[in-house]
Amino acid sequence: MSEIQNKTNHADLAEVFNNDEARVDWHDETLWWIRSKRDVAVNKISNWEDLRETASQIKHNVLSNLSSYLQQFESNALTNGITVHWAVDAKEHNQIVLDILKKHSIDQMVKSKSMLTEECHLNDFLEENGINVIDSDLGERIVQLAKEMPSHIVLPCIHKKKEEIGELFHQHLGTPAGNADPQFLTETARQHLRDTFLTRRAALTGVNFAIAETGEFVVCTNEGNADMGAHLANVHIASMGIEKIIPERKHLGVFLRLLTRSATGQPITTYSSHFKRPNKGKEMHIIIVDNGRSIQLGREDFRNSLKCIRCGACMNTCPVYRRSGGHSYHNAISGPIGSILAPNLDMEKYADLPFASTLCGSCTNVCPVKIDIHQQLYKWRQVIVKNGYVPAAKTVSMKIMDWTLSSPTAYHTAGKAGRFVLKYAPVIVNNKLNPWYKHRDMPEPPKESFGEWYKKNRNN
Amino acid sequence: MTSREKILSDVKTNQPDLTTMPDVDFLLQEDVDVPEKFIAALTAIGGHVIEVKDYAAIKAFIAENFQQPSRKITTISQLGDIAEYIEDDSLAPHSLENVDYTIIGSDLAVAENGAIWITEDKIHTRVLPFISQHLAVTVKRKDIVPTMHYAYNKIASTDYGFATFIAGPSKTADIEQSLVLGAHGARSMTVFLIN
Repeated sequence: MSEIQNKTNHADLAEVFNNDEARVDWHDETLWWIRSKRDVAVNKISNWEDLRETASQIKHNVLSNLSSYLQQFESNALTNGITVHWAVDAKEHNQIVLDILKKHSIDQMVKSKSMLTEECHLNDFLEENGINVIDSDLGERIVQLAKEMPSHIVLPCIHKKKEEIGELFHQHLGTPAGNADPQFLTETARQHLRDTFLTRRAALTGVNFAIAETGEFVVCTNEGNADMGAHLANVHIASMGIEKIIPERKHLGVFLRLLTRSATGQPITTYSSHFKRPNKGKEMHIIIVDNGRSIQLGREDFRNSLKCIRCGACMNTCPVYRRSGGHSYHNAISGPIGSILAPNLDMEKYADLPFASTLCGSCTNVCPVKIDIHQQLYKWRQVIVKNGYVPAAKTVSMKIMDWTLSSPTAYHTAGKAGRFVLKYAPVIVNNKLNPWYKHRDMPEPPKESFGEWYKKNRNN
Repeated sequence: MTSREKILSDVKTNQPDLTTMPDVDFLLQEDVDVPEKFIAALTAIGGHVIEVKDYAAIKAFIAENFQQPSRKITTISQLGDIAEYIEDDSLAPHSLENVDYTIIGSDLAVAENGAIWITEDKIHTRVLPFISQHLAVTVKRKDIVPTMHYAYNKIASTDYGFATFIAGPSKTADIEQSLVLGAHGARSMTVFLIN
């Protein structure tokens, strides 16, 4: 998709996605259907709001005491026989993974879903260093075969039609051309990946929760791919961001109740696996990664984004995400949560993302850990403008706006001109050159401004 | 300064003032018809619940429903006459590649989501419940708790090297959100609910 590679901002990428209107409608409806399933599941829990509030408070406590919890987790994990590594950034994380593999002369690894490794571009790095990586989550395997990024953190290939997946499987796995039956394609992947699981000596998984009290970590999947990889390999590497810590095992009761109901409307994932000690004769490694998170922790307005448990509910509900697709966010984590996390990593590169929102607040309403996502989007806009990273088109219009609003004469003239234009020559604003006008109708212009009306009527 | 020291120092500098840890015990809310809710929840996610009186009834069910020659494994001594009985961790994980049917035991099930708690000592080889084509678990009716909060109250201080909640068969909906059972783990899950 060279058309996509040349574009780097949300509006342009969304435009590419919107070339196929039928697909946009389908994408929109599919995600809204998942959002509706979430509502059904949530409404069955009478104390859902208590759960959200409790989860939010636990996460606040975690962030406020993170340095102690990290040390407590490390100390318990070491006692459990797990090797603990620390990585300041993506580069160091990737190097640690490579070093572990090299130490064991391993050049093939199976990997279950880990958004952190997407953030670190681990696969590219390992491939460059002669390590073959196979993603074992079906959706991730599909986007890997298509040489694309996941477009959604929970549903990596939600943007793909089954016919396209059938074609990928035909090319790469030798299935009959034209077969796009999900049951058949899933069975093919099962057979193909079973061989992978049985022959890989190293497996990498993500971490959903890391428990300070016990030094164990929990990995949630529906497919069973994390467990198949980890239990059949000699070396299990688990990568986690520093914010994955929760204080006590019993807190999992709160988070596991919230996670999948918010994500897909399921009551729980099929597998919620608790890894505490390596199996006899095997190695277990944990890599604790910062990669900008400690900076976000210091940003008072944005630190709450670190409470995220990666359920994806904010994406499924977002009217902009649903109609622009995950790839338009040009970041490993897309949607509303990606838009408040990404500017922390690179404010210039991701300056467009906080503007890819209507600020409707639906993301905040569904967030299971009560992150004020839409308010952070609004605050990021101000930070980005103050730092001079505002998208070029917006800079010009905002400068004009600033001048207009600071000069009474200009303000009144502009008002008159606006009303004149809308009345007699609407095409000047209603045209293809004005992106704001797309899919919008301009209001009927008022006959006079409030100022003019007041002047005329104040004597009456 | 090592990476560890740098991360811990940056976190300590930037973390906000300490906030209090909320109580979670108030979320323990008693419920009625707990076993029925468990059956409904597990059935809704693609599992099967068979209510039985004793192990003899389980044997009869398996004899009737899994007649084809296949490799069956159990970690329950009472079922040792109908399946290969495993009592320790001596089997290599890869040797379980061709297992068709596995029967294991559990002491804890959760009504709200159909999840069954399985600890390493109940399976001996960690990969067993995942690599087997089909999975069956025995649970006593009295061991079903209403919610995850009750479950974690029971297991909060227990020790294990590995443990997992399993809720239904392995599944995926990654292709156009079409639900397919049997992704990488067991294709089916049967719970024998012992009255």
